[in-house]
Amino acid sequence: MSLSENTTVDVKNLVNEVLEAYPEKSRKRRAKHLNVLEAEAKDCGVKSNVKSIPGVMTIRGCAYAGSKGVVWGPIKDMIHISHGPVGCGYYSWSGRRNYYIGDTGVDSWGTMHFTSDFQEKDIVFGGDKKLHKVIEEINELFPLVNGISIQSECPIGLIGDDIEAVARAKSAEIGKPVIPVRCEGFRGVSQSLGHHIANDAIRDWVFEKTEPKADFVSTPYDVTIIGDYNIGGDAWSSRILLEEIGLRVIAQWSGDGTLAELENTPKAKVNLIHCYRSMNYIARHMEEKYNIPWMEYNFFGPSQIAESLRKIAALFDDKIKENAEKVIARYQPMVDAVIAKYKPRLDGKKVMIYVGGLRPRHVVDAYHDLGMEIIGTGYEFAHNDDYQRTPHYVKEGTLIYDDVTAFELEKFVEAMRPDLVASGIKEKYVFQKMGLPFRQMHSWDYSGPYHGYDGFAIFARDMDLAINNPVWGVMKAPF
Amino acid sequence: MTDKLSQSADKVLDHYTLFRQPEYAAMFEKKKTEFEYGHSDAEVARVSEWTKSEEYKAKNFAREAVVINPTKACQPIGAMFAAQGFEGTLPFVHGSQGCVAYYRTHLTRHFKEPNSAVSSSMTEDAAVFGGLNNMIDGLANAYALYKPKMIAVMTTCMAEVIGDDLQGFIANAKNKESVPADFPVPFAHTPAFVGSHIVGYDNMIKGILSSFWGTSENFDTPKTEQINLIPGFDGFAVGNNRELKRIAGEFGLKLQILSDVSDNFDTPMDGEYRMYDGGTTIEETKEALHAKATISMQEYNTTQTLQFCKEKGQEVAKFNYPMGVTATDELLLKLAELSGKPVPASLKLERGRLVDAIADSHTHLHGKRFAVYGDPDFCLGMTRFLLELGAEPVHILSTSGSKKWEKQVQKVLDGSPFGASGAAYGGKDLWHLRSLIFTDKVDYIIGNSYGKYLERDTKVPLIRLTYPIFDRHHHHRYPTWGYQGALNVLVRILDRIFEDIDANTNIVGQTDYSFDLIR
Repeated sequence: MSLSENTTVDVKNLVNEVLEAYPEKSRKRRAKHLNVLEAEAKDCGVKSNVKSIPGVMTIRGCAYAGSKGVVWGPIKDMIHISHGPVGCGYYSWSGRRNYYIGDTGVDSWGTMHFTSDFQEKDIVFGGDKKLHKVIEEINELFPLVNGISIQSECPIGLIGDDIEAVARAKSAEIGKPVIPVRCEGFRGVSQSLGHHIANDAIRDWVFEKTEPKADFVSTPYDVTIIGDYNIGGDAWSSRILLEEIGLRVIAQWSGDGTLAELENTPKAKVNLIHCYRSMNYIARHMEEKYNIPWMEYNFFGPSQIAESLRKIAALFDDKIKENAEKVIARYQPMVDAVIAKYKPRLDGKKVMIYVGGLRPRHVVDAYHDLGMEIIGTGYEFAHNDDYQRTPHYVKEGTLIYDDVTAFELEKFVEAMRPDLVASGIKEKYVFQKMGLPFRQMHSWDYSGPYHGYDGFAIFARDMDLAINNPVWGVMKAPF
Repeated sequence: MTDKLSQSADKVLDHYTLFRQPEYAAMFEKKKTEFEYGHSDAEVARVSEWTKSEEYKAKNFAREAVVINPTKACQPIGAMFAAQGFEGTLPFVHGSQGCVAYYRTHLTRHFKEPNSAVSSSMTEDAAVFGGLNNMIDGLANAYALYKPKMIAVMTTCMAEVIGDDLQGFIANAKNKESVPADFPVPFAHTPAFVGSHIVGYDNMIKGILSSFWGTSENFDTPKTEQINLIPGFDGFAVGNNRELKRIAGEFGLKLQILSDVSDNFDTPMDGEYRMYDGGTTIEETKEALHAKATISMQEYNTTQTLQFCKEKGQEVAKFNYPMGVTATDELLLKLAELSGKPVPASLKLERGRLVDAIADSHTHLHGKRFAVYGDPDFCLGMTRFLLELGAEPVHILSTSGSKKWEKQVQKVLDGSPFGASGAAYGGKDLWHLRSLIFTDKVDYIIGNSYGKYLERDTKVPLIRLTYPIFDRHHHHRYPTWGYQGALNVLVRILDRIFEDIDANTNIVGQTDYSFDLIR
């Protein structure tokens, strides 16, 4: 497939054309997930969080990916067992760039892969006995581990293992939290249920069974960062701003996070949520149970960062509000210099986005800050509340695609000819072959951080180097 | 708070510089001391030292249940790789959808290429009622959207645990006209809880061949002069398969690669995205039944397939990732024997050039101690080559390695005085290897990208020569097989050795007397 030569595209018509390729039953189902954003829309007019159609090359993952890969995996002082066959843990081993500081293998285990490596006999006779042994061995070989989570792979729920009973028994025995997570890959329709299950496991097996540390002294300025996985250091370049305005970040969920930080979170004055999709559940729970308010914020791009800093500061006293203004002013010259340098090179460039939880909307204004335009966006595993939050960011006429298939995305990109595609590793080389600049927006294409002011400079530089690299100019042979 | 920011538009600091700035260092320290409730630095240091001890090694080797940093993946990714070597073939993975996202990602990160495969996206209802409807709808969608010439079906462990019957399901889907009745839909059951990716490879190749060749024994199948070759799961397949074809050209023999991913995993960037490219055609696959012989480049990837070929009356020969001079000799002699054609003079010349290169560099290789890990065949091939170079393979480890494999490695070691300090570790993982390296030090590690953690911990330099290689680019485009391939491997090893010597002799006025211009 290659890019079309059309310069203007009737997007509505394009959607219908693309749908033509499907067998009728699937065409009807997929039609509900594609739309062109209308003016004054309350949501994006697409159906979401329903099963993917078989055989279409969905880009989605599974509940295990949502729990082990996203929520639990980054908790660095725990060991997360990929419980079941070897593959799931192997493929997700070190795949997400959740930066952390620690002595790997001694007091941190983020870039290691622990598995019970199920064999046929474990399927036939059950794996609980093996799980007992796995936990014993882990505790012996890694005595500084502060807790263990059991990340269930597909077979666990199918063969009727009682991992909760094992967790209770082993936790009592080793004197550390052992947390069973029922995130089998067949549950739900995407990563999303895995996030929810992981959140619930923290609620039931951390909050319910442990206490905040006895010597923890609260201050009126205690906040948390919830839903930042510290990809390429994102949580760090966010935390530094919150600290600069005078707040105290008592916990990071879960990038570079620890079990103690989870345990102490109920002490927070306010929970600050970046990735709403993957961690709103626990924030809502804490609001209900501990009366802790939560607030969504957005640290992508200077416009949103300033707005978010002011919104956050507004929850505190005048000193914090003044600090927020000082911090915004302090970074402004750097922001101005970044924009002065890169905007002329990026102005008017069109972008199509397709990623996961929050980024299909959250990164939009960062592009706008650089003069770029979003002509299509969509989510892998959003729910309706994500699509309700999206029109705030994108304009009328934007193509919206939910759980897009590889086929649809290729056709849309071919016809709409953006200057940049911002999606994942599975999409990257498809579009580069077409001659299109591409940035991975899950892993930051091995760059980052992109959060915060420090991250924005990197973001701007990266978009420039993708779009303005000379390689695109030599794509066509002169013969 | 100073007013000077570390980050700037003039010189954008990346993560590896940014987070070393004093404001971040202070932030990290505060987070650690106030909020993390970790262990004391002294305790961490004590345990860290303990993990390097003989005592720890004994405990580590005593474990029976937990597997830590294994050198194996699960069956379906191997099956997918095998299927992607056939022309226009779309892998269809029956079961949970997340698995396919993982396989595609893993292969893409290594080859830096698109990787196409679909899932039947089974969820909880399918877990209860079975995945028949997913198969019926899935095949119809895949066929309509992606216009494959063949759909190769394999399974995730979910479909295996609930016992879905692929043969019956595919027949059912054909009855429902998901795909035309004569459209090829070979399949293989690939349970993740049996074997590893190399077994999945074997199962899928056998599944595809048997769908075209028929499953019954027929020792009297008419034969041609053609020789089939099955490469096995190989991260260097792009370079290696092309090298094999070049060698066949030099020989002037009809060599048919069964499952050739070299073009599919190395498409050009010219403005056109090719979802499929190259590969063994369906016609070639059918015709391959009549080959007089089938050669496997990786024994442990083809156990069942070779047996199947035998049952079709083919002569079979198996190699263990042949690398280096004598292993290549054996491969060429086998080709000569099977084809009745002599080894061509051009290859003899290449051999001489390779041996010349080894002789030029042998001083830097002689007696150097190596740890080698990876798939069973790779380990065997690498061990042989190292012995040939006068290097000493010390720890040879493969999580997929069996007792039989251990014996096979031992036999290779026993064949050379340079193998005296070597031992094979089947069924062990990279956390075992960490203990081995700490307690019995080597000079170099040969493995894949996952070995970088071993390199960091033990300070032993890593040479990346097997799948997956995520953090270095394009090496898979260069062969490791044949005399040319051996030369590439030799240079990769030598470069690492020289870089290591330079890095250890570059302190001005202290060690740089040995910072030699000529080495």
